[in-house]
Amino acid sequence: MDMYSNIRRYRGFGVLTALCLTVLYVPLIVVAVYSFNASRSITAWGGFSFEWYVDVFIGQEAPIFRAAAWNSISIAFLAASAATVIAVAAAVAMTRGGAFRGRQASFAVISLPLMVPEIVIAVATLIFFTTIGVRTGYGTILIAHITFCIPFAYLPISARLQGIEESYELAARDLYATRWQAFRLILLPLLMPGVISGWLLAFIISLDDFIITNFVKGAGMETLPTAIFGSVKQGIKPNIMAISTLMLVFSAVFVTLSYLINRIGQKAR
Amino acid sequence: MAADPATGSATRGGTGWRELVAPLLLPSWLVIGIFLVVPVALMATYSFLTKDFRGGIVWQFSLDAYDQFFLDRGLFGDEPPQPNWNYIAIFWRSIWQAGLATLLCLVIGFPTAWFIATRNPRHRALWIFLITVPYWVNLLIRTVSMRFLLRDQGPFNEALLALGLVDSPLRIINTDVAVQIGLFYSYLPFMVLPIYAAVERYDFSLSEAARDLYAGPWTTLRVIVLPAVKPGIVAGCILVFVPSLGAFLAPDLLGGARTYMIGSLIDEQFRGSAGNWPFGSAAAMILLTMVLAVLLWHARSAGREQR
Repeated sequence: MDMYSNIRRYRGFGVLTALCLTVLYVPLIVVAVYSFNASRSITAWGGFSFEWYVDVFIGQEAPIFRAAAWNSISIAFLAASAATVIAVAAAVAMTRGGAFRGRQASFAVISLPLMVPEIVIAVATLIFFTTIGVRTGYGTILIAHITFCIPFAYLPISARLQGIEESYELAARDLYATRWQAFRLILLPLLMPGVISGWLLAFIISLDDFIITNFVKGAGMETLPTAIFGSVKQGIKPNIMAISTLMLVFSAVFVTLSYLINRIGQKAR
Repeated sequence: MAADPATGSATRGGTGWRELVAPLLLPSWLVIGIFLVVPVALMATYSFLTKDFRGGIVWQFSLDAYDQFFLDRGLFGDEPPQPNWNYIAIFWRSIWQAGLATLLCLVIGFPTAWFIATRNPRHRALWIFLITVPYWVNLLIRTVSMRFLLRDQGPFNEALLALGLVDSPLRIINTDVAVQIGLFYSYLPFMVLPIYAAVERYDFSLSEAARDLYAGPWTTLRVIVLPAVKPGIVAGCILVFVPSLGAFLAPDLLGGARTYMIGSLIDEQFRGSAGNWPFGSAAAMILLTMVLAVLLWHARSAGREQR
């Protein structure tokens, strides 16, 4: 038994794991702590206060951030929903379609947004909209987001679909369910954990995006990341730390949600 | 309806999706085709066009963008061409920064992945959860946090001063070191996750056999474990290297004018009237070619190993 645990243990690996988690978390924790700093200076600690959180909601810059937050969330919602529908259709074709011509090409197309560097997508999309004469703004951001969200929605959905046996659907079809009924009543409920994970991932990826949005947003249009970036360029102010902490908490809640849904999905299988 | 002998099902077409493959895949082909493939093709075209002095383009074929990238013809463009090291140096910096970030992520990420994969199975999900949370947090916010931490009068320097490790604050921000820290920190989770998946599938009886034959623990790691989990390591390295190469936020927020990387160079060409769209497109094309070369090499070597 001693021998058994020995082959898994390497001296120093625990320390490096601790280092890894420290690197990942310390910057976030430090900013979260300083967001409660009463002092106007971002360096010295002046006591605990919610001042900057109040400032975020009713301060001078509040209208800008409110509009930016609304844009970010509505775009993420719409982009994730559209990308999820497209991804479900694609995943069904890819996993239930057998060996059809162009299968590999289809997989390459779906994963293309993951392979092309973000800055290249940003430049190409800007050039595209400029050339066809579309004014950049909310609509162009939404289109760009739907496009790069497709693979993120696709991956969890197709992973889940691969684990669902065809026999459920076959049984339904044998009992004279139409293709649509078999999908809606049998396959979709079984696929739901994958659909939700895919939607959540697409939502957070859309919310996270800065580079592509920054290129195709047009003048006067801001999402949260572009508004924060614009503000940070003039120095990190305490209200930015409060917004950052709020977004941090939001993301953490999201991951926890997706983690729990995944666990429920695995148990149900 | 006769039962299909192959599936034992009364419905001949199985689940009935086969004849719908084309319409089901059409939306993804259309969206990605129109809004990604066409734009990239257009960008490739732009890289061969002439620059307009107001920051736009003129539809006239020209190799100026690539010429400007690789060759220096003097201020007025009439001197004999010399290799232009300015832009090549920026690309070279991107390559070594991304390479170093990949190496650092591997050095920290592999032990972390190993450590997590050898925990009690019931606790593994929680450890992986801890690694994934930062990945889900907005990258801009993570980079801003790092900038806040590393500032001259930031908490990191304060801590060093308080501990008496330094006499005056370290100048980290606006250096290559800061950019490196930023890249390493941004993409570290990408290294841990695929290696973890590989180690979890690793058959530990192989290590046991090696140890029974008197191999030391580190020899076992090098000779037995590393080859077995190599696909995970390669995947992790690509997931760190590729986004680092074209990174924008880390060099922009943590670095300065002297730490320029490809991402900032491209970005600059599309900002305002001082920009140069053909040149920016050419730089983006070169970046895209490099990334696709890495991915193609990976796909081919992975395919060869499977066979």
